[in-house]
Amino acid sequence: MKNNWPLWEVFIRSKNGLEHKHCGSLHASDAEMALENARDVYTRRMEGVSIWVVESKDITASNPDNNGELFEPAQDKVYRHPTFYILPDELKHM
Amino acid sequence: MKNENLYKYILGVADNSLILGQRIGELCGHGPSLETDIACTNVSLDLFGQVRSYFQYAAEIAGEGKTEDDIAFLRREREYKNVLLVEQPNTNFAYTIVRQFLFDVYHLLFLQELQNSTDETLVAIAKKSIKEVSYHERFSTDWVKRLGDGSEVSRQKIQEAINNLWTYTDELFHQTDADKAMVAAGIGVDVTLLKEKYYETVNTGLEIATIATPESKWFQKGGKVGVHTEHLGFMLSDMQYMQRTYPNMEW
Repeated sequence: MKNNWPLWEVFIRSKNGLEHKHCGSLHASDAEMALENARDVYTRRMEGVSIWVVESKDITASNPDNNGELFEPAQDKVYRHPTFYILPDELKHM
Repeated sequence: MKNENLYKYILGVADNSLILGQRIGELCGHGPSLETDIACTNVSLDLFGQVRSYFQYAAEIAGEGKTEDDIAFLRREREYKNVLLVEQPNTNFAYTIVRQFLFDVYHLLFLQELQNSTDETLVAIAKKSIKEVSYHERFSTDWVKRLGDGSEVSRQKIQEAINNLWTYTDELFHQTDADKAMVAAGIGVDVTLLKEKYYETVNTGLEIATIATPESKWFQKGGKVGVHTEHLGFMLSDMQYMQRTYPNMEW
């Protein structure tokens, strides 16, 4: 049975104001079942307040062979980090 | 015992959740897929949580140092007052889902009414349980729909399960003497008033699932007065093994 079900990726938002984070994958026959399964598999210990599911085949992923051209040019450009500014203490989640 | 009727009433309510929780908990590690396995175990744990609240209250009423564990594990078969429906075995996943569906629809209606009880503890338990049971009903109804309106095989299996479990539905609306006394006192739920809405909801669910409602008018009964099917004895021997083998053992 499980072999016939497509794979879904699950994203959970742990509390309001934060972003959804990828937390794993599961099998389900459609989106509704994927949501219910995600609830049962990934939010049993109060991990979340919101769930997104997306079918794995709909995700376009970068090719690891291209990592050099994609990511290496960023390595020597520290000035792109906002670390040269002083942030007020009240500013959270940066 | 003072309040003996209340004690009996609570056990009648809680035993349904205890035995169904045990039944569906048997699927832990044996579910048809990882996802449904965890879903069933979640339902089981919800039910056990509710049972603990009921039994703690009952133990308090019983006094004499009785504990929730005594009530759960040290009664004889005839002293369990669950309906016959919940002790029926997990013959296959269709039976598991149909048994759950037939109970969940009742359970939700019951808890909605229990919120109007004059007993504050029961009201608190009902309010806490209702969210859990709403999800159980959604889960089982959804699966009845999927299997009923699914493949030829799943449809045939779900129809067989409903045909065979149907005979246990009427007992949900029977009343023991303790039930009647508690209804009269404003504490208990008059289950006879839930019957119409129950069959209406069940029939709607079956209709959407394209499953035929059984027409049989002959129903089984007995669980509420302690006369059980042969399945309960086997369950109890599993459940009670530790306490019977090592009396008074503690974890």
